[in-house]
Amino acid sequence: MAEIDTKTAVPADPKFISIEGIARRYPKREGGVTTIFENLWLQVPRGEFVCIIGHSGCGKTSVLNILAGLEAPSEGAVIVDGQAISGPSLDRAVIFQGHALLPWRSVLGNVAYAVSSRWRKAGKTEVEERSRRFIELVGLKGSEQKKPAELSGGMRQRVGIARALSIEPKILLMDEPFSALDALTRGTLQDEVRRICLSTGQTVVMITHDVDEAIYLADKIVLMTNGPEAMVAEVVDNPLPKDRARDSIHRHEDYYTVRNHLVDFLVSRSRTFRDDKPAGYDTRRPPTVRLGSAAKVADAANTIPFPAAANGRD
Amino acid sequence: MKSLGVRAGILSVVLFLAFCLVWQIAVTPSASSGPALDPEYAKLMGITTAGSQSAMPGPLEVMQKLWVALSDPFYDNGPNDKGLGLQLLYSIGRVAIGYGLAVLVAVPLGFLIGMSPLAYRALDPFIQVLKPISPLAWMPLALYTIKDSNLSAIFVIFICSVWPMLLNTAFGVGSVRKEWLNVARTLEVGAWRRAFTVILPAAAPTILTGMRISIGIAWLVIVAAEMLVGGTGIGYFVWNEWNNLSISNVIVGILMIGVVGMVLDLILARLQRRVTFPE
Repeated sequence: MAEIDTKTAVPADPKFISIEGIARRYPKREGGVTTIFENLWLQVPRGEFVCIIGHSGCGKTSVLNILAGLEAPSEGAVIVDGQAISGPSLDRAVIFQGHALLPWRSVLGNVAYAVSSRWRKAGKTEVEERSRRFIELVGLKGSEQKKPAELSGGMRQRVGIARALSIEPKILLMDEPFSALDALTRGTLQDEVRRICLSTGQTVVMITHDVDEAIYLADKIVLMTNGPEAMVAEVVDNPLPKDRARDSIHRHEDYYTVRNHLVDFLVSRSRTFRDDKPAGYDTRRPPTVRLGSAAKVADAANTIPFPAAANGRD
Repeated sequence: MKSLGVRAGILSVVLFLAFCLVWQIAVTPSASSGPALDPEYAKLMGITTAGSQSAMPGPLEVMQKLWVALSDPFYDNGPNDKGLGLQLLYSIGRVAIGYGLAVLVAVPLGFLIGMSPLAYRALDPFIQVLKPISPLAWMPLALYTIKDSNLSAIFVIFICSVWPMLLNTAFGVGSVRKEWLNVARTLEVGAWRRAFTVILPAAAPTILTGMRISIGIAWLVIVAAEMLVGGTGIGYFVWNEWNNLSISNVIVGILMIGVVGMVLDLILARLQRRVTFPE
């Protein structure tokens, strides 16, 4: 994780988000505790788009909730921009899986609620003007006065995105934001999110179980093994160029290399990884994996080239 | 084909006319059967019903009385002769005060109970025991402690309206969707602002349901309470007219109790619709 990411324009800050040894445990009904994950370490540099991928029950959502401050870790700490987090904050906006709009408020009302929470002393016109700007950004101009119930699933999620972005958070957290949408809508929204995040250099952590979504959006893809006692198996450095486009991405020479690697992980290695750890695996420094053409030039000590990672599987 | 509403309206009118017809036939004395009254009953009533005339009025007679009552609803000729409208106003006034106090107590208290699972569990047994008590059972206790029949009636209204509102408010507040609360948390919204901008609007439909149940019960109870405490009010009016053996006026009173109850329910239903949000 020591390399400086030259692809991002924002000055790199490799430990912008630092998850340090967090654990999540639940008491079992019949006594004892279930450990969803423990001793989890992960770093996210400023300005990067990171997707966490894994099966249901691996604790992805817990990781995100801990990042958001909605849940407290049973152990460990999360440090954001040099400060340990102690609860929810306006610095970390969350886009919820089920949009979580307030149904009694209009589109404008929902966004304005966030804006007026962020800038408490702002005047009404200022709040409204800013809210309208973000509603326009997500392409909902003209629907400001509609209630969430009058919107389609995709439009509701757009409002959720506008609400999250309107408070100018340091970090955007997304919990499977598009999983409830149909494929077409999902595609459009992914494009929008990518466009917005690229233009603002937003740091994003997104939970997903959609491999293609992760490849299209992410700079880095974090692979989590199955729970309980899930762990970060590796961090895949996305070799696709930053200016990738949806219509041509699948023709890129590395596309299927990455895709196969991720699918293989989800199909088998997410299950077997724990008993079949690569030599030198350190939970504090999960290995960064470079695939395809990027692997040929990789020379960092903590990097496992793709063929080595692929060994044991074929 | 006419719309369902029009057809239902026509059917309502037909049913009403049929009912009136049956009613009229039932009270019209037939020549063959002689006096419609049970002789014993007639004796009890002092045989004021001369011969074949039934004491039970027909629909026309009731409508006539209703017209008389409605044409001058607010006259006041002393304690035993007040206009129907005046009596209704007394009753509505009592309900308004008792019910209003109940709203002021039940909604904030229910809010607190709903916010705290501990308070909810601790107070639940008391509420469960107090809720099913017939409000009129409180009457002797109220009369003894308050020593004022009018205030006692108001207290009875208060005590019967408080429970549904308390329970519904607590339930509504306690079951606000977690994701909405999480939205407020991630936006660092303070406790007061959260209570008024998230919890209250989210729980409002449930709270209004409780208020609607309560107003129904309050209106049911005021009639009985006024029959007991006497003096004024529509309940007293009905009882007084029974003592006057004016069955027509009793029926007029009953009719007005129904109409006012319906109007109160409609008002609450409209408020309920206003705070209900589609999801």
